[in-house]
Amino acid sequence: MNNKAKEILLKKRYRAEKRFRFFGISSIILALSFLCILLVNIFTNGLSAFSRTEILLKVNFNEKKIGININSTDKEIKQANFDEILQEALLNLAPNVPELKQAELIDLVSIDATIELKKFYLKNKDVLNKTSEVALTLSDDIDQVHKGNFPRDIPEDRRRFSDFQLKIYDEQIAQKKIISEFNWPFLFNADSREPEIAGVGASLMGSFFTLIVCLLLSFPLGILAAIYLEEFAPKNKITEIIEVNVNNLAAVPSIVFGLLGLGVFLNYFYLPRSTPLVGGLVLALMTLPRIIIPCRAALKAVPPSIREGALALGASKVQTVMHNVVPLAMPGTLSGTIIGLSQALGETAPLLLIGMVAFINVVPSTPFDPSAVLPVQVYLWSESAERGFVEKTSATIIILIFFLAFMNSFAIYLRNKFEKRWS
Amino acid sequence: MNIVLLSLIVIFSLSCYFFGKSKILKQTKISKKKFHSLPEYYGYYLAAWCGLPALIILFFWSLSELYIVKILILSDFRTDPAIDNNKLNLIFSQIKAIAENKFTGNIPQNLIPYAERFLSLNKILELSKLAIIFSAIIFSLSFAYSQILKNIKARESVEKVIRVVMFLCAAIAVFTTLGIVLSLLFESIKFFTAVSIFDFITGTNWAPGRAFVRDASVQTTDVENVFGAVPLFWGTFFIAMIAMCVAVPIGLFSGIYMAEYASSKIRKIAKPLIEVLAGIPTVVYGFFAALTVGPFFRTIGEGVGLNVSSESALAAGMVMGVMIIPYVSSLTDDVINAVPRSLREGSYAMGATKSETIKKVILPAALPGVVGAVLLAISRAVGETMIVVMAAGLGANLTINPLEASTTITTQIVTILIGDQSFNNPKTQAAFALGITLFFFTLVINVIALNIVKKFREKYE
Repeated sequence: MNNKAKEILLKKRYRAEKRFRFFGISSIILALSFLCILLVNIFTNGLSAFSRTEILLKVNFNEKKIGININSTDKEIKQANFDEILQEALLNLAPNVPELKQAELIDLVSIDATIELKKFYLKNKDVLNKTSEVALTLSDDIDQVHKGNFPRDIPEDRRRFSDFQLKIYDEQIAQKKIISEFNWPFLFNADSREPEIAGVGASLMGSFFTLIVCLLLSFPLGILAAIYLEEFAPKNKITEIIEVNVNNLAAVPSIVFGLLGLGVFLNYFYLPRSTPLVGGLVLALMTLPRIIIPCRAALKAVPPSIREGALALGASKVQTVMHNVVPLAMPGTLSGTIIGLSQALGETAPLLLIGMVAFINVVPSTPFDPSAVLPVQVYLWSESAERGFVEKTSATIIILIFFLAFMNSFAIYLRNKFEKRWS
Repeated sequence: MNIVLLSLIVIFSLSCYFFGKSKILKQTKISKKKFHSLPEYYGYYLAAWCGLPALIILFFWSLSELYIVKILILSDFRTDPAIDNNKLNLIFSQIKAIAENKFTGNIPQNLIPYAERFLSLNKILELSKLAIIFSAIIFSLSFAYSQILKNIKARESVEKVIRVVMFLCAAIAVFTTLGIVLSLLFESIKFFTAVSIFDFITGTNWAPGRAFVRDASVQTTDVENVFGAVPLFWGTFFIAMIAMCVAVPIGLFSGIYMAEYASSKIRKIAKPLIEVLAGIPTVVYGFFAALTVGPFFRTIGEGVGLNVSSESALAAGMVMGVMIIPYVSSLTDDVINAVPRSLREGSYAMGATKSETIKKVILPAALPGVVGAVLLAISRAVGETMIVVMAAGLGANLTINPLEASTTITTQIVTILIGDQSFNNPKTQAAFALGITLFFFTLVINVIALNIVKKFREKYE
């Protein structure tokens, strides 16, 4: 082989080297750009859901039309009918329109507007028989137009709002009667069929209860199991079976745990359907092996000298483990538990099977009430046809990701701050 | 009721702990008697004797309570040969609903006396539960109290209890597996008595919705023919393959780059960032696939004149592949790091470039580990649910066109079992049959993968 051939070969080899390196870099960049696209997509879709659009409407609180008087009790007011004054106020936006168009005027505001009117009156009782400006939630179609999520230039028969409604909307904009506010109801309301008043309050509570049940079960059980397997278990067949089981359960598809919950907890023990109690139980079984494995690793990382020191001072085996080893392993076990719980928080499939997909429009107050959880809410809303639910779904995902990020960074903080390095 | 009882027992045990501890402390002060263990162990001893028997009774009582009521109430109906087990269950749930005021519709008059009996029985059982638990607490406490005054070896007993409790906690993993297998088997066996297992595995027509049509015009053979699971097996396999086509090259290359090329600074940033992909809930991927990726592929398809359905195997598979990247990359990274330095250095000493070393030395050495990683990723892809439920479609097509909708085992389990369902019909049981197929399939892959990885690690450690 002459020099020239060698040089060519060398060049070829270096080129191959460069190519290989390029593949490596580009696959990392590709993976990270997927992450970016995903997050950017969700955030751009979802941020607008945190504001809501209201119209300032002049309403005349005529006592005869409402059917109350100045001495009415709160209970009577709650039963009174505010529809008529609301309709009157809406019709005043465009007087003398034909009857057909009147319905379109009334559809401008949310179905919940009368309730908002009632709440406003309960707070400001002195407006009786006077005209006052009240901020009322607009219907989700107008809300979407206002946020620019829905193009207004497509033909009238292909959108859910009419030219007439648009005209009124533009007039009100010109008069500065349309305002945007932070969407507090989104964080506190329960689910609803109407996008503009649907909120994640119920599923936040549901997720909270579910996680609490899951934590209360999986943390003590998991840590005790890990201590047993790492410190006490004799080397025999039973221990081996348990270890194989733990490792396999960590890789069983989550939906199988849902089948277990349906077949055993609901069908056999008659536990209440759709409740955080059952959800927490199922997730606890799922999380248990995912807690045991990091807990064992944390216990294993404690050097034997600690144990030997304690034993040499006359402590019993249990005392050694409980007083010396476990406290040292605590940061690792806690961060493992938090990461396990954050996986449970994002889990959807098993909860679908135990009925946590039911439409629940009240905020649950105990773990025994039917409820939804955040990821299931995402699933439910993503199946809805209304345009308004797209931003709600993304916003729910933002909240979910926020919680997950918080939990995971807390776990990392715990590990970095408190974990001792032994070597 | 049980919650109140539970908290009562806990409070009782806590006070027993403090009582026992202070009692022994006092005793040592007064009589200068030396006790075998530290005072708190006597406290633990009392607390354990107070709480554990009560908790065990409460647990088993609550489990069997409903069954005792059921047997007692249904004894009248059991004599009627026309009523089979399914009807008995139905009658019982009706009685229960009437008793709890949850019955909707017209209440059958003949069941009202049974509902009253249900309530009275429940009351009797509750009261006797209270009585038994409290007498158990008093009995065992008095025994334990006499024991600690005798200066028994409290620490040893307490430690024994702790060990047993810890063993039981560890054994829960076994019970969970047993519970999964038994509950799945139980329903699947019922399913396979109605539908032959051969039809299930080889049939190509999946339309469980039609199993409900059981009027005279439909022949019974139709019921059996709608449970052919081949399209589901194919869809699952197909989508998993698409996912692996994305995840394996990207994951493998990023794992290699991370382990061999990247400076520790880049590694420190890029590795956790890639792992974020695995931490994002699958429902988010599903939403992304259904709302963005699916329509994106359809617009591209329209652009080049292809007919792409908005729910396609391609969209679901690609997004699933992205989700799986970190599983492949992290394990590859670990596995490559486990290959001893000497192999690398030997190769460099021979004049090989870095990529040649990786391709010819490190990867062959790490191959078992990499295969294990890929197998684990496949099992993940097969068991993944939300992405396919939201983005792959429901129609059971037997197709090799990735642009068409296709369905998977997990999707069908969810669609069958979502919402209210009655047990005891082949459609519901079919979901459990699918579940057990999925469980065993992933189990086999996992066992193989975990063994490969374990063997690999042992080789170099």
